[in-house]
Amino acid sequence: MADPLPPEPPASEVTPEKLYLRRRDFIRNVALFTGTAVGVGGGLYWLGARQAPPSDVLVPDAGEVPQPVAHGVGALDTDEPRTPYDVVTTYNNFYEFGLDKSDPARHAGTLRTRPWTVVVDGEVHEPRTWDIDALLAAFPLEERVYRMRCVEAWSMVIPWLGFPLARLLERARPTGAARYVAFTTLNDPEQMPGQRRGVLDWPYVEGLRLDEAQHPLTLLASGLYGKQLPPQNGAPLRLVVPWKYGFKGIKSIVRITLTREQPPTTWNLAAPREYGFYANVNPAVDHPRWSQAHERRLGEFRRRPTLPFNGYAEQVASLYQGMDLSRDF
Amino acid sequence: MASPPHPWLNPALTVGGLAPLVVLVIQGAQGSLGANAIERALNQTGLTALVLLLASLACTPLRLLSGWTWPARVRRTLGLLAFTYAVAHLLTYVVLDQNLALSALATDVVKRPFITVGFTALVLLVPLAVTSTKASVRRLGFPQWQRLHRLAYAAAALGVVHFAWRVKRDVTEPLVYGAVLALLLAVRVGEALRQRRARAPQTRRVA
Repeated sequence: MADPLPPEPPASEVTPEKLYLRRRDFIRNVALFTGTAVGVGGGLYWLGARQAPPSDVLVPDAGEVPQPVAHGVGALDTDEPRTPYDVVTTYNNFYEFGLDKSDPARHAGTLRTRPWTVVVDGEVHEPRTWDIDALLAAFPLEERVYRMRCVEAWSMVIPWLGFPLARLLERARPTGAARYVAFTTLNDPEQMPGQRRGVLDWPYVEGLRLDEAQHPLTLLASGLYGKQLPPQNGAPLRLVVPWKYGFKGIKSIVRITLTREQPPTTWNLAAPREYGFYANVNPAVDHPRWSQAHERRLGEFRRRPTLPFNGYAEQVASLYQGMDLSRDF
Repeated sequence: MASPPHPWLNPALTVGGLAPLVVLVIQGAQGSLGANAIERALNQTGLTALVLLLASLACTPLRLLSGWTWPARVRRTLGLLAFTYAVAHLLTYVVLDQNLALSALATDVVKRPFITVGFTALVLLVPLAVTSTKASVRRLGFPQWQRLHRLAYAAAALGVVHFAWRVKRDVTEPLVYGAVLALLLAVRVGEALRQRRARAPQTRRVA
């Protein structure tokens, strides 16, 4: 059976001869256009925006989470809205795992938080090497909801889980000569690949005056949001000093040493003009390169004014009476 | 009638060059730029402006070294794209970051060197964008136009300094961009010296 002839297309649909001949050119140009546009767009995106936020957040080690004896409703807690968990755990400065804010959440999985020991020594009557689990069992955990103000002018509100550093210091019994407390982070480039780069002097060290360390606001934290600290937030034990800039909150602590002299601190060593030993949050003393008068609370659109001592002036201003805080910044 | 060679080139650069900005705006509207979206938008627009500015400055050295003529024809597109990103960068800072707090902005420009140099770099780009048309070249005369457009090097240098002063600690990346800029400048200076010495006739090939 023969097929019927298809109907002839109308003259208007017939490709003009000139275009028919240029079809190859046209297809080639479309391909080159598309390839170039995709290449240029992709290249620019790769160069300009490669620091995408991590899609999956590192979850803390599965393990017993000691429940706090007190929940964050005390006089020292803020009732401001808490910064969401996924923001607190994906936006971190922890140069031991990379310089970008999203690096720690991506790369801190190499940190082994058990077994872990914390040495308490120096000017104390009872030096001791604590196993981390023994340490956390020895001091009842409390939930504290604190503001956290970074020196880079952003801030969060975080429900920490921890205990006052003062309890640990009482146990160690400082000698009469003790005037400062020095803290040291783990130094292990295998676990902390960022330490292979000489961006800062490793290990990270921090320090407080003894009275600052003994202040009831000063916390050793082992968790947040009722869970163990994720590694990117400084597991298994970190310092929280809410009236100071965030870099004072040293992470993944292995040593706490009481000293007679003011101990060196990492950012002060790196840039003494920009970062002082005290590093109290102070809207009146600008960073040499940017203003500290305002801050962006993560999740909020408008900047908000920064408060002296990050809003804890009532509790801590007396510690600094008679000091020139623009000199001792 | 012969169509110009590579008719797809400038349209492709324009579309590809603007695509990351469109993606950024969409991501911003969707709230998928991470915890500090404004910081991320600032970083991306600023860095992309610098990359495009260096790319526009690479055109002439590339033409001189390779003998190709097409780089000369994409230079304006790249320069205008760089200007677009620089303006987006400034607007992000002024409107989204500082919420149009003009007195604080004025203080920043005067008091904070890294903002001073960044702002100056953008100001230098304005006359270049304005005189980017063929009519402007004719009006100014080529030598004068060329002299004016050497400001692009100053803007790029200030952009690198702006970047270096902005980072908290690790200046590796700004130094890489600075090295690229120095290299591009070296090619131009080398070529100028060579021409002056040899008075060699310029080869112009029609592709």
